Amino acid sequence: MRYLPLDNKDRSQMLGAIGVKDIEDLFECIPKQARSSELFDLPCHKPESEVEKYMIRLSDKSINASSVPFFCGAGAYKHHVPSSVDHLIQRSEFLTAYTPYQPEISQGTLQVLFEFQSQVAILTGMEVANASMYDGSTACAEAVVMAKRVTKKHKAIIAPGLHPHYSLATKTLASSVDIDVCVLDSEISSDYEVIDLINDETACIVVQSPNVFGEIVDLTPIAEKAHQHKALLIAVFTEPVALGLIKPPGEQGADIVVGEGQGIGVGLNFGGPHVGLFACNKKLVRQMPGRICGETIDADGNRAFVLTLSTREQHIRRDKATSNICTNSGLCCLAFSIHMSLLGGKGLRKLAILNHEKANLLAARIDKINGAKVLNSSFFNEFAVELDKCAEDVVDSLASKNILGGVPFSRLNKAGAKDILLICATEIVDQHDIDTLCSALEEELR
Amino acid sequence: MSIYFTKDHEWININQKEGVVGISSHAASQLGDVVFVELPEIGKTLESGEELAVVESVKAASEVYSPVSGKVLSVNKELEENPQIVNESPFEDGWFVKISISDLNELKGLMNQDEYNVYCDES
Amino acid sequence: MSMNTQGRITAPTKINYNVSKSFSGNKALEQATKLIFETGNFNKTGIDFPAAKGLEYRLGGLEQKKDIELPGLSEPEILRHYVRLSQKNYAIDLGVYPLGSCTMKHNPRLNEKIARLPGFADVHPLQPISTVQGALELMYELSNWLTKLCNMPAVALTPKAGAHGELCGMMTIRARLDADGNSHKRRVFVPESAHGTNPATAVQCGFFVDELPANDKGCIDMKVLRSKVNELGENNDIAGIMLTNPNTCGLFESEIIEISELIHSAGGYFYCDGANFNALVGRVRPGDLGVDAMHINLHKTFSTPHGGGGPGSGPTVLSEALKDFAPVPYVIKDKLGYYSLVEEIDEMSMGRLCAFHGQMGMYSRALSYLMSHGRDGLKQATEDAVLNANYILASLSDLMSPAYSGHCMHEVLFDDTFLKNTGIDTIDFAKAMIDEGYHPMTMYFPLVVHGAMLIEPTESESKYELDRFIHTMRGLAKKAKNGDVESFKSAPQYAPTKRLDETLAARKPILRYDA
Repeated sequence: MRYLPLDNKDRSQMLGAIGVKDIEDLFECIPKQARSSELFDLPCHKPESEVEKYMIRLSDKSINASSVPFFCGAGAYKHHVPSSVDHLIQRSEFLTAYTPYQPEISQGTLQVLFEFQSQVAILTGMEVANASMYDGSTACAEAVVMAKRVTKKHKAIIAPGLHPHYSLATKTLASSVDIDVCVLDSEISSDYEVIDLINDETACIVVQSPNVFGEIVDLTPIAEKAHQHKALLIAVFTEPVALGLIKPPGEQGADIVVGEGQGIGVGLNFGGPHVGLFACNKKLVRQMPGRICGETIDADGNRAFVLTLSTREQHIRRDKATSNICTNSGLCCLAFSIHMSLLGGKGLRKLAILNHEKANLLAARIDKINGAKVLNSSFFNEFAVELDKCAEDVVDSLASKNILGGVPFSRLNKAGAKDILLICATEIVDQHDIDTLCSALEEELR
Repeated sequence: MSIYFTKDHEWININQKEGVVGISSHAASQLGDVVFVELPEIGKTLESGEELAVVESVKAASEVYSPVSGKVLSVNKELEENPQIVNESPFEDGWFVKISISDLNELKGLMNQDEYNVYCDES
Repeated sequence: MSMNTQGRITAPTKINYNVSKSFSGNKALEQATKLIFETGNFNKTGIDFPAAKGLEYRLGGLEQKKDIELPGLSEPEILRHYVRLSQKNYAIDLGVYPLGSCTMKHNPRLNEKIARLPGFADVHPLQPISTVQGALELMYELSNWLTKLCNMPAVALTPKAGAHGELCGMMTIRARLDADGNSHKRRVFVPESAHGTNPATAVQCGFFVDELPANDKGCIDMKVLRSKVNELGENNDIAGIMLTNPNTCGLFESEIIEISELIHSAGGYFYCDGANFNALVGRVRPGDLGVDAMHINLHKTFSTPHGGGGPGSGPTVLSEALKDFAPVPYVIKDKLGYYSLVEEIDEMSMGRLCAFHGQMGMYSRALSYLMSHGRDGLKQATEDAVLNANYILASLSDLMSPAYSGHCMHEVLFDDTFLKNTGIDTIDFAKAMIDEGYHPMTMYFPLVVHGAMLIEPTESESKYELDRFIHTMRGLAKKAKNGDVESFKSAPQYAPTKRLDETLAARKPILRYDA
């Protein structure tokens, strides 16, 4: 077996050195009734070639996003990731390294985290960011729990435009620590309804922009009302490229910003792994969950980086920790940071403009189709289309024609509107894709 | 003024019905370099043995328990900017909290300086 | 004040170093690397874009007119920057990474190839189900392997990390308790040797922790547990117990079946932390031990890469008693072999843990590993892991101080007794290992032992590597006993940096670049 370096000669020598006759002697501590004597109903080992063949067959059973016109968004975005990213993340020293608990031999990882944190802080317009969370949805949930810790209040208001998966994940985590989560009903332009609901008992308000329908929300009036009542505004985004063109949440009064970083550097991966981004202002930093990397000096006075503020974390605080989180998104942070460094601010702006223009052109075309109506007054690269037919049926029919034509809103929320289709156009979409989608849609809606 | 010690290495310096609370030099040196102190809100009422503050070093966070029942009168704001004072001057400038004492009888359960020194040597 | 009893030193030592420096700041192959903010600039970009069309924006007036102050670099500069950084990292591919409880085994390269197949990597989670049958089939297959290996009826694949899996398991327990009208049951027993995530998770789920002491053999003290349970009586508030098995001292909890029976009889549930599954997989099935929920760390036992700290994946197996409360979504297969996802939350399910369907990138890698090893390879791997740890124990027990007598399982725990009166602490010993070319073992964990050193070699080490490692550890132990304090205190000397001032980092946090 190719992953096991010991041979039988080694094994018997080692057993001798330990002073036992048989490997079974080392498993004597296991009570007899716990020892599994039956053979597992699983196959025996396979060579690489057989595993590969099996996996390729499985892979071929799916339609991948690069092979057809592709317009899905709704929380996960297909952008072109430059080739250097995948090469670099596969370097042994990044791929097979552990959490940088011994900083002297982890400066590679640590400097990457420091650069990553800086990039996220600048992108979101906030003062500090952590070294990533599992994904945007869990980052959102943790932000709500953090708001309870900071404000010592129990009520969280969730704007209707928050991605339904994010609301559900937040509810799951928050309700187990007695936070009363109030989720407003999804409708396209009523995120501002939260303003009237904010009072002195509110711990936080969670608003996504661009929201799940793609609508861009002005956070400033919501932030103002929140601060009047000493509540925190948690701003959420699912598409980081949007921050290339839209005013960052930090400049609109957000207290905590969370989001999904997958759109930069990390592929679709069928939903995971992705990378959660979490940023806040300095005065809240000791309540921020997750790992944090900081700058310091070594004994020679040279600049170096180290995980810091660890006393918030589970390995020190245990039952009093800010969160039970141990792992971050390591390799995905690296991918995000490499892609972000290749882009730079100028490149990100160009990429964002490209995205917005593609969506602009597509929206204009779709609006001309009978039976389709773009509902948004604003959008970045994704918008909601109201159809004369059930959106799920339309999407299934498009799929049978090898077009991945967007995500029906009802896929995210079974109780939601059945006729709304969420369509996303990133820079990977070309004229041929747009023409193919639009003619197919015309036919569907005839 | 008289100083008393708890088994958990807090000290309280009594002046009539008020006390100043801190941690002993033994505790401070065991903790290592103090990097952060979380102090209670002024006006908070506490029972004896309840968590009064949290003192953090790089690799450990320790709860500081109140030696007596009472109400927090003031906190040492200096520790926010300069937590290292706890290491440098644990009995004087590194004080944590001034507390009003609701029941002076509770002091009977504490150790004096000599008893505390013996206690430290034994553990 | 609660005291720091692990013997961990937290102040930096002041030592004078006499190593001559190069004037460039480089050290042969090790290159000084400034931050991208210092070498890049806001106007540069390493990506080519077609020209914009100059269309009018539809951004609701919320466009950012200012430039974004993020540095860009060209492709060659990026390669230099990250390759230079990579050279400052230790890695499994470089040498033994003996971190106890982390299972730093070899990360097979086939895994990387498989994970990148387009039908797994380039599919959107919300594509129509008919277009992702292959991806769903992979998840179903992985579930099959995991449930069979554990002898449990169900597995929740979605948790994104071990700690997330703990949350999943404990929340299903809570959902079950609440559904049975037992929402007063909020007490969770947790051993003092437990990993910090256990008590943190319990509290995050609305439980409170009742800590259990270890006996002198490093295992749960049954007398104490039994008396606690008896005292709490019939209408007790026991929700359950969280145990790691083998425990964090590397020992199998020999009374585990009695423990699970006791907890079940009190109306509680048994959560098992699966971090140490590498000692059992293919030989012992958690379902046979009475486990109700156990998370599996795919990035530990099943070889998915550690990636500098993540991403992880923590599928959680569930017993008959808990399976109906599992989170959504999960994969089902109909009679015609068609796969679909159950995404709707029914009244019993504990809800949704996160967006989408979990860590597909880790599932493909883990399944690739599982198929490569097969049931025979997994059994052999487990045996080799336990053999390697015991070989290290036998080879070091005369010079170092094992915390417990007898054999260990897949990891071996030493304490700092052998360093007594040398003036050298566990951390100094660890830093000296760095100079000798090794990543230190886990230090100061578990908390039940003073100056703990927890070593887990895994099955991926050859006898040659183990002997090299043992030779170094023996050398260092002898050196320590000979009183060569200065060389330990000044370690590491050959690493890219010397010891860092962690106190400064915590007192005056600098968490981002500021011009």
